[in-house]
Amino acid sequence: MTASELPAIKNRSSVRLLNQLDPITRPVLLLLVTAVDRILTPIQRRVGIDKMGYFFVLPNLLIFGIFVLFPMLLNFYYAMTGGTKLFPEDRPFVGLDNFATLFDCENFSQPNSCQEDLFWRGIFNTIQFVVFQVSGIVLFSLITALVLNRNIIARGFFRSVFFYPVLLSPVVVALIWKWILQHEGVLNAILELFGGESMRWLLDTNWAMFWVVFVSVWALMGFYTLILLAGLQSIPPELYEASSIDGANTWQDFRFVTMPLLMPTMFVVLVLSLIRAVQMFDQIFVLTGGGPGTRTQLMVQYIYTTGFSNQIQLFGLSAAASMVLGVSLLILTLLQLRLGNQSSLA
Amino acid sequence: MQADRISIGQFLSRRSGGKRVNTADALTYLYLTIGTILMFGPVLWLVASSFKTQAGLVKYPPPLLPYQQVQVDVEGFDKPLPLYTVTEEDGTISELAQVRRVGIEAQMVDPAEPGAEPIKVNIRQREPVEEVKLAWENYLDPLIELENFDFFTYLKNSVIVTTFATAITLVINSMAAFALSKYRFKGRDAIFVLFISTLMIPITVILVPVFLVITSIGWKNNLWGVIIPGAATPTGIFLLRQYMLTIPDELLDAARIDGASEWHIYWRIILPLARPALAVLAIFSVMWRWNDFLWPLIVLSQNDYFTLQVGLNAFQGELQIQWHYVLAMTVVTLLPITLVFAFLQRFITTGIATTGMK
Repeated sequence: MTASELPAIKNRSSVRLLNQLDPITRPVLLLLVTAVDRILTPIQRRVGIDKMGYFFVLPNLLIFGIFVLFPMLLNFYYAMTGGTKLFPEDRPFVGLDNFATLFDCENFSQPNSCQEDLFWRGIFNTIQFVVFQVSGIVLFSLITALVLNRNIIARGFFRSVFFYPVLLSPVVVALIWKWILQHEGVLNAILELFGGESMRWLLDTNWAMFWVVFVSVWALMGFYTLILLAGLQSIPPELYEASSIDGANTWQDFRFVTMPLLMPTMFVVLVLSLIRAVQMFDQIFVLTGGGPGTRTQLMVQYIYTTGFSNQIQLFGLSAAASMVLGVSLLILTLLQLRLGNQSSLA
Repeated sequence: MQADRISIGQFLSRRSGGKRVNTADALTYLYLTIGTILMFGPVLWLVASSFKTQAGLVKYPPPLLPYQQVQVDVEGFDKPLPLYTVTEEDGTISELAQVRRVGIEAQMVDPAEPGAEPIKVNIRQREPVEEVKLAWENYLDPLIELENFDFFTYLKNSVIVTTFATAITLVINSMAAFALSKYRFKGRDAIFVLFISTLMIPITVILVPVFLVITSIGWKNNLWGVIIPGAATPTGIFLLRQYMLTIPDELLDAARIDGASEWHIYWRIILPLARPALAVLAIFSVMWRWNDFLWPLIVLSQNDYFTLQVGLNAFQGELQIQWHYVLAMTVVTLLPITLVFAFLQRFITTGIATTGMK
């Protein structure tokens, strides 16, 4: 990213607002900044310029260390301890028991035969969700990006329309659709108007998963559309000129110019949406609560329920399950690096 | 002059380059129309529904606009009375106000003749008179007083979390990005790789241990417990570092020759020059924090500390959903983000297009 790619910030209303606050914030900030400078100048004199880098990276590194790195290591310990106490010193060491519990299955294709059947249902539901959601996102964001990349009226408006839901919080998205999909909701009313039958969409075992996927595609596709649109616009127009001289039709343009050059961007979209789909939680939690039954309960909800919302908080089991999730994310990321390198070589 | 006139159809179908509309164009606009209805319709429906009264919301099929029964003031009655259209046995139609209802019979009075004896009407003979009217009370009640939904507390908590978290993220991320892009010190690359490698590791994977850390510090049911853990974002470091790499080192050297301290260089040169990237990160951070749900849900278990998202979830999870309030509060929750979007759209879209992150 270079300076020229970002829009100029001058004269924006937001900046003007900040400037109005200036008389209050400036003296306070100035005092703070001068104080820090007073402390730092002698240090700088002693350690030299290059070592000042340590100072600048320190605050971020501290928070990162305490709230990300240390917990990552501690997670291994939690996964190998049992009991319901939170503090590590009160927790008995149980080795790999938690993993044994999670993987205690007579038949891995039948969640009912597992000791932790909810965990396996979660995995199966997650796989199903991921497959449908990611294909939905890739398909619709590609179509939308292609459409928006055409020479159309009010492109900015349409781009905003498709992008807007991305900004809404998962809770808001879920409530919007919960209201539409309820039994006396507008969807049923429209269906009845055209002679259809009203349904309890979110309580129906077959439809609940469909709507969960639909709503999350609705909420997220604008984000990926934007990435694909950037990819499309970076294709040099000379290539299309050349192909039209060669007498290529629209389909051939798409097949032999657009698709090959868009592949790296498509790959980014695929991987990003995969990684996010695996972690899906909040939208579904508010929309269906994982129901009906456990039909839309995904992996993260199992982690949350087991560790935090159940009466008996099984932190060890929750940590073990989260490690399974972490490993699957790791595999996806490595796959991305591997395939990403290959596709850039090709 | 005839030749210059064109029909509306021709005008609308005019394209750059003088070509006529073809099938591909027709499909394009069909897709855009359906897309606009699908993407924006649900939000508009939410807003329209949020202005309906509790009684209006249970109506099925739901009317498009918020209707309310007309109330009229009638002399001799303290409260305004609901107005009905009454069809009498002989077919005459009149507008009467209902005084009270007894079983299947309603006692009605003509607003024009308030002194007259009440007329008895079978309830099947009357239809409520309705007008389009916005039920502002859906918005005002929660703002004033509503059991189980303390809007101002949630709003205050959300605002505190969003502003403090964003400010802290901007400061520590920009400092770290400065160090990682402009200094040569031992372990620099290792630190950078360490930060970036956690890009794909969400807090979901380490919920339990982070919860322990928060509890040990005593930040359970404390807004700091929500603010701090996510402050050191790898996304922000990546974004700012890539941007700062484009700032020429000669600028820093010149300042050093003039006797500026390193902190001075950070504050006076780097930060002002990195403003566009900082703006992008600020907008992202505001979005992340305002919409954050899972982590606040775990840290905050007492009503007084709920953020808007957590409060809204608890409120909609009650046994009897009070949809008229839930819908109104959902609109209030999406309002700030919508405003941010309306004013700063360019930054958001460029930011995502250039970093591929959200």
